[in-house]
Amino acid sequence: MTPILEVKHIHKNYASHVALKDVSLVVEPQKIFGLLGPNGAGKTSLIRIINQITGPDSGDVLFNGERLAPKHVDFIGYLPEERGLYKKMSVGEQVMYLAQLKGLKKADAKVKLQQWFKKFEIENWWDKKIEELSKGMQQKVQFIVTVLHEPKLLILDEPFSGFDPINAQLIKNEILELRDKGATIIFSTHNMGSVEELCDNIALINKAEKLLDGSVKDIRKKYKSNTYNITFRGNLIGFTNALWAGAELLDKKSDEDVHTVTVKMLRQNKPNDLLQAVISNSEILAFNEIVPSMNDIFISVVENKTTLNTQSAFTE
Amino acid sequence: MNKLFLIIQREYFSRVKKKSFLIMTLLGPLLMAGLMIVPVWLAMRDKTDHQILVLDHSGLFVDKIPNTKQIKFTYGAESIQSAKAKLKDGPFDLIMEIKGDALNDNKTTPVLYYKKQPGLSVEQYISNTMENILFDYRLQGDSIDLTKIDKARRPVEILTLKVTEEGKDEKTNTEINMAIGFVCAIIIYFMIFLYGSQVMRGVIEEKTNRIVEVIVSSVKPFQLMLGKIIGVALVGLTQFILWIVLTLIISTTVNSILFKDQIADTMKHNTQMEKVMKNDLTAGIDKMEKVDSPNEVIELFNNVNNINISKVLMCFAFYFLFGYLLYAALFAAIGSAVDSEADTQQFILPVTIPLIASFIIAQSVVTDPDSSMAQFFSIFPLTSPIVMMVRLPFDVPVWELSLSMVMLVVGFLFFTWLAGKIYRTGILMYGKKTTWKEIGKWLFYKG
Repeated sequence: MTPILEVKHIHKNYASHVALKDVSLVVEPQKIFGLLGPNGAGKTSLIRIINQITGPDSGDVLFNGERLAPKHVDFIGYLPEERGLYKKMSVGEQVMYLAQLKGLKKADAKVKLQQWFKKFEIENWWDKKIEELSKGMQQKVQFIVTVLHEPKLLILDEPFSGFDPINAQLIKNEILELRDKGATIIFSTHNMGSVEELCDNIALINKAEKLLDGSVKDIRKKYKSNTYNITFRGNLIGFTNALWAGAELLDKKSDEDVHTVTVKMLRQNKPNDLLQAVISNSEILAFNEIVPSMNDIFISVVENKTTLNTQSAFTE
Repeated sequence: MNKLFLIIQREYFSRVKKKSFLIMTLLGPLLMAGLMIVPVWLAMRDKTDHQILVLDHSGLFVDKIPNTKQIKFTYGAESIQSAKAKLKDGPFDLIMEIKGDALNDNKTTPVLYYKKQPGLSVEQYISNTMENILFDYRLQGDSIDLTKIDKARRPVEILTLKVTEEGKDEKTNTEINMAIGFVCAIIIYFMIFLYGSQVMRGVIEEKTNRIVEVIVSSVKPFQLMLGKIIGVALVGLTQFILWIVLTLIISTTVNSILFKDQIADTMKHNTQMEKVMKNDLTAGIDKMEKVDSPNEVIELFNNVNNINISKVLMCFAFYFLFGYLLYAALFAAIGSAVDSEADTQQFILPVTIPLIASFIIAQSVVTDPDSSMAQFFSIFPLTSPIVMMVRLPFDVPVWELSLSMVMLVVGFLFFTWLAGKIYRTGILMYGKKTTWKEIGKWLFYKG
């Protein structure tokens, strides 16, 4: 399948700093793609290039296999991080204007808007001025404007900032529904919780460079450090002695005769080898693998690129 | 193109529908009509009647100071003390005492006693009249024939005639030429400021509302800028036309209905006053009467016709339009570079300097319309909208006018392109204090 978006060796320099350095990405259709990175990493620069707000110094962007051109803006929906609406304009006039700017016909726009307003139960806002709405309410309006023209590619920059949990859930459900209907979503954030929940694939950018990309599942697997938590009842010293050279004790916590230890497997040893070694003299209460959260991966990758490389060399 | 039209539409209607537009549109003509009506009204209102008791110990002025509508003179011979009592109980509100040696002193000092201070015009009237009477008296004392003096004094008026291509003489009037040029220039100046800063505020508003990024994901930043400039231009045009229409309606109705009688009255009275106030009595009256005569008025209009009105109007429209477009682009660039209106000062100044300089230059252009300085600045695009308008009534060579127009269009394209580059980067810069150096760098960013 042709990727909906392909970014090839993009470079972007501003006068004094490099915003993007040789960044390449592939976004598969009908997937939710997370663009991660700390503030100032270059996410917004990349998104603006995809939206043709600015151009790259070198490199190419392909949309559905074609070179990005002005006609493509109508197939993209963009919710910027710095977003707002005309304060003095009424909601209805404003959404009609923005819909038409995206190439919708007046009549179509009206019908579609009314559907969305009904869905979000905000029909009575039509004649209100934006300044009369709360921030969360404004965000709803902005979301509708972003998705109204049924874009093939939806780019959401920090979409959940400013939403209360109920509305955030509403938007999450909408995003999933849009994907199921065929849209591809790129979603830029540093909120890792939502990444695990929603994203199929991610790319991690830091200091203008892409550090990592792939499916969330693969990445988490890749960054597993082969560490396990074991909770058991019995003698801690006996347990430690029972650990043979194939595992290393990283941490221990004791509550009377119940102990919880963190153990890292060395070399190619399997968890079962460990269990066999300790099972004879302790009563195992719990055993689980420690899978790194996206948050951990994010922090470790961003904080120390080199450590991570050795670690991944180890796991491989 | 369709999107540009949408932007223009929004910019236009969102402004025209505002209450402030309505208020300004109504208030503008009221102010302008007020400017025409208030002086007349003030002139009428300011006339309090004065009864003046004159105690003339020299006897020279007795029965010689003419009464006016408001000022009535009565002559008495009593002592000043008893006269002052009359001041208290009426009917007189002013008493003037003229000392007996008034005839021979180098300086005559009448003393005016009052309960309530009279206006300056009263004092002026009295002193002017007395000077004239004294003047005549002294000349007569030296046995000089007054009629000879009147004959000797002749007013000189210069008749300026332009020799046209066909060798015909054509009457021109420098003063009217100047006035027309300046009025056009002032209108252009104000419109550029008024609507240029509206463009700037619009850009700042979009930036602070954070809507601009949403919009530029649908349209090119340049389209947005252009749409705004054109939209505001149409607002300006609408307001301008409404102002003219409303001003005419208001001033004519008010003048013809409310003040009809009074105006005629005041006019007559004012001319009377002026006549008397002229030091040179007879010659003055001559002149006044001349101006009042219908022939002179007709001649005045003929002069106006001689200045090719349609040419001036067309040039006015051209310089107005392109001058506005050029400066509006610069104002848009300023708006994009700042986060709030408070930060605009440092950038506005360099933009307004050429505008203000134009007016200073225009002063000297009037005295010498064909100097090389006048030529240069009426062709230089940042100053030409104003300087050329002032120069225009003095017959600018066709090649200079065409060059100036071409340069203005070129200047407009250049500055709009330049502004577009600044705008494109500026609108997406938040929370950073912009410097000139930084704007310079923006010019070299790749689209």
